[in-house]
Amino acid sequence: MAILDFLFQPKNELEEGGRSALPAQADESEPEKVCPNCHKSIPLSRIWAEQNLCSCGYHFRMNARQRLAITADAGTFAPLFDEVSSSDPLSFPGYRKKLETTQVSSRENEAVICGTARIEGEECCLFIMEPYFMMGSMGSAVGERITRLFEYATERRLPVVGFTVSGGARMQEGLVSLMQMAKTSAAVRRHSDAGLFYLTVLTDPTTGGVTASFAMEGDIILAEPGAVVGFAGARVIEQTTRKALPKGFQTAEFLLDHGFIDAIAPRRTQKKLISQLLSMHREARDNG
Amino acid sequence: MADTAYEKVKAARAAKRPTASDYIRGMLTDFVELHGDRRFADDKAIVAGLARLGGRSITVIGIEKGHSAKERVAHAFGAPNPEGYRKALRLMKQAEKFRRPVLCLVDTSGAFCGIGAEERGQGQAIAECLNELSALKTPVISVIIGEGGSGGALALSLADEVWMLENSIYSVISPEGCASILWKDASKAETAAQYLRLTAQDALELGIIDRIIPEDGLGDDIFFTRLRAVLSGRFQALCAASAEELLERRYARFRSIGAENAQ
Repeated sequence: MAILDFLFQPKNELEEGGRSALPAQADESEPEKVCPNCHKSIPLSRIWAEQNLCSCGYHFRMNARQRLAITADAGTFAPLFDEVSSSDPLSFPGYRKKLETTQVSSRENEAVICGTARIEGEECCLFIMEPYFMMGSMGSAVGERITRLFEYATERRLPVVGFTVSGGARMQEGLVSLMQMAKTSAAVRRHSDAGLFYLTVLTDPTTGGVTASFAMEGDIILAEPGAVVGFAGARVIEQTTRKALPKGFQTAEFLLDHGFIDAIAPRRTQKKLISQLLSMHREARDNG
Repeated sequence: MADTAYEKVKAARAAKRPTASDYIRGMLTDFVELHGDRRFADDKAIVAGLARLGGRSITVIGIEKGHSAKERVAHAFGAPNPEGYRKALRLMKQAEKFRRPVLCLVDTSGAFCGIGAEERGQGQAIAECLNELSALKTPVISVIIGEGGSGGALALSLADEVWMLENSIYSVISPEGCASILWKDASKAETAAQYLRLTAQDALELGIIDRIIPEDGLGDDIFFTRLRAVLSGRFQALCAASAEELLERRYARFRSIGAENAQ
């Protein structure tokens, strides 16, 4: 069974949460975390109290519930489509087991949470991807939830705010996962054609099939400082081209320089910026 | 005759297999190649333009791998850069304006993997293709003639009908990539190819594609004549539908994939 053992282990640093990841919950034996930017040790409890930010400004990753707590107005989030679950369309060896263990370790049943919420009073549909669920990979459940959210928002004429974090399409669902890129894109397009506003916030890391679909389809695209955003993985590019990658390659700042995002949105001022953008689009609609 | 999944992978990649240009020459007439994305460059990995399919003017967009080593280098091994997808996008929009049907011939191991591709927004270019194709008010048929490699192939395959050649493959990841993730060993690609269910027969079973094109006489006159007749018939049927009907059906086609968990 040595072959199958691999299926249950993290395959790479992305699946483990990456170099700059925080454990999803407190670990008493390791109460401190070294900031990869300023190299200071910081107690985990303090990081959590500061929106997973280091005093130097470094943005640590955060799970979907933490992000929800700092984004939506207290008590306004109403979840949608939690019942949409993962299937195993290919009967891919080890996948069901992997889903089960991930559901326990992440305390989520899939890699995205969806719902309606208010952000500083502004009503919207909201999705937040979960880095600790198979690195936010998109299988049929993620694709279906996001598609339904856009259909729901189109019907009720609501804007959509989405936080992306993903390693890309979920390999274990094969072509079915690839098709979620097409399905979500089509739903985003219908929402857009109805004159409705879609705002994306790209967080670390947003890559592969999610970058090549709904992450890059926002009317306005924001990104967190330092977030890795790209299509192909940096290591794959390095191995394929045998060239040194430029400094800051595939970071939010790199995308800003190359014209692919509208602005960098630091976490501390994100909520205010999002609510301002939502309100400006609501006013335009109300006045129209 | 390719039997196992990995034999099909090898058949799909074979250098002697007809490429997009062979289909254009064999099946279409009056081809006029159109170049460039009007933004940055002309990507040789995509060969596209106007042509006639029987009596009908169409826009044809093919991912071209080339046969010889020299050709393969010239066409970047059929791995499009963002400017390739933007050329395709430009010609799709042009087809929509003139209500010409679009034929996509897909044959790529994947979108180009490189520093420049990322600098010029590979992800954004593919996303834009998907977004636009989902609302393109003209019939689109995509035929996977060799390799259908992940997002780079899907970018030209959000179509009213998606067909695959009998020995072509369509996959979210290469079997080698899958094997190196699962076992850190690309040589186990044979097993990975089975797991991924990437053959035309698998894709048909999974409801991803609509038709398998038999490869009897692959690349000869009879083969191309037969394929032209099938394409003509389907384009005629699709052209009879209103744009609204077409888009409604295209939306429903992709909407249903992976939706079976609905409660």
